[in-house]
Amino acid sequence: MGVSFDVAQIKKDFPLLDQVVHGDKRLVYLDSANTSQKPQAVIDAMSGYYETINANVHRGTYKIAQDATEAMEGARADVARLIGATASKQLVFTKNATEAINLVARSWGGANLQSGDPVVLTMMEHHANIVPWHMLAAERGIELRWIPVTADGQLDLTGIDRLLDGAKFLSFTAMSNVLGTLNPVERLTTLARDAGAMSLVDASQYVPHMPTNVIDMGADFVAFTGHKMLGPTGIGCLWAKEETLEAMPPFLGGGEMILNVTTEGFTTTEIPWKFEAGTPPIAEIVGLGAAARYLESIGMEAIRQHEVELTGYALRTLNERFGDDLTIHGPAEPATRGGVMSIQYKDIHPHDLTQIMDENGVCLRAGHHCAKPLLKSMGANATARASLYLYNDEADVDALGDALEASGDFFSF
Amino acid sequence: MALDDLYREIILDHYRSPRNKGQLPPPAHKVEGFNPLCGDEVILTVLVEEDKVVDVNFDGQGCSISQASASMMTAAVKGKTTAEAREFITAFKGLMSIHKESLDGDDPEAGEAQLRDDEIAVEDTVNPEIKLGDLAALQGVVKYPVRIKCAVLSWNTLVQSLDELAAESA
Repeated sequence: MGVSFDVAQIKKDFPLLDQVVHGDKRLVYLDSANTSQKPQAVIDAMSGYYETINANVHRGTYKIAQDATEAMEGARADVARLIGATASKQLVFTKNATEAINLVARSWGGANLQSGDPVVLTMMEHHANIVPWHMLAAERGIELRWIPVTADGQLDLTGIDRLLDGAKFLSFTAMSNVLGTLNPVERLTTLARDAGAMSLVDASQYVPHMPTNVIDMGADFVAFTGHKMLGPTGIGCLWAKEETLEAMPPFLGGGEMILNVTTEGFTTTEIPWKFEAGTPPIAEIVGLGAAARYLESIGMEAIRQHEVELTGYALRTLNERFGDDLTIHGPAEPATRGGVMSIQYKDIHPHDLTQIMDENGVCLRAGHHCAKPLLKSMGANATARASLYLYNDEADVDALGDALEASGDFFSF
Repeated sequence: MALDDLYREIILDHYRSPRNKGQLPPPAHKVEGFNPLCGDEVILTVLVEEDKVVDVNFDGQGCSISQASASMMTAAVKGKTTAEAREFITAFKGLMSIHKESLDGDDPEAGEAQLRDDEIAVEDTVNPEIKLGDLAALQGVVKYPVRIKCAVLSWNTLVQSLDELAAESA
């Protein structure tokens, strides 16, 4: 790794990582696919907002109200720049990626999908990209079709032409939150467009880790969340082109999203605010803007390269150390995957595994990872999942190995 | 090591060698329970004759806590009347209540939220005569609030089963 990426220096930017738990265990955080830690720059931006310019946005004429509005819209520009949007107004702030997908299902789907219209999903979706479509299916009888997953954790595209035939919408994840699989985004959005279908990319696991260009992705919608990309919880984003957003009916109604309200009705304001009813989470938006600038300052290319190298180190050393006792799901080649590793070890249940890990200071998620259809297709109820980010290093991966060994010792019957 | 409070030897014994594991054939009543936290599921088959739990089996996958708790539960309620079984369930849920436990300085509100979530608040009607025996080993679970769901999964499923059976015979 070159001097441009100094993980020891980066770790120092994250105050939470500098602590011990359970007496004397260094905290080893390997759950960034769940939520990431926050650099001091984000924490400072949010407390700085409250300490100096807290006021409601797009309303007041006084100085701090203008400052707050500028901070919010400046953050929109920062995030838009990070993902390669060509205009800030292509970016709608939502509560999280879940709300962004629900916005599309409710607003675009509500206006454009009729009974029997096919919507295509994949078997590796997060529940956030399944349940909104199930709700539309229950409400108006849309047909859900599923792209299957191969044994090695890739989308099985052999039947894609048939699945997309007559489809109105394709919604899929850019990177699996369980397997780490990077899906062929451009190919899929091109196939959808050729079939006459709109498309949405769930980029929640992608934007935090990869150089992202939403124009190149070729989708009509891109959804992602702030808290997985070093930002705070409670703020997410929906990207779409201006003409797409303008053609859609509003999602939630209330203040901020209107041009005029009378006793007879209302007219909506311009995008993106048309989709941002009510007082927005201003401090969270400011924090997300700081996160985008922090990521930009490190460089997404450098972050991706670091994660490929670290994932390669993890796959190599853990497989060497534990052999057949350890299964790491998903693609074997680090360059084709993200740093998300679902693991199964010696038939130890993930809850038990992560409990012993915790005792060793190592934070892993256990469970179905909000992707029950995928887990079922893998023949598992649950896995333990380790996920890497820019602040993780080889010592963290070694600590994971040590904690695995401790778990194996504890449950050696 | 603190973990020994959670993983008591009797728990590991039931995990290694579960009692009453499997599924009873009809006319045993079958109910599936799910732990939304981890996706684990338990399948309970309960045979009730003349208001008595004649036999009960559990099946499914789960962690050591959920499997041991299910195993101990089947051993405990087998042969009891349904009324006795319900009293026993209430007593066990009382044990799983963190109202009664000192959480070593943990945020009491977090505990209460967990309780509401799990609907395992102690009822005032716990019979002090009931001896939980081996099941008392699961008391360590309350120090790990997220694991309470694992311990009570099979018990909630048994309640559902007894409720359904009562509704059928009514």
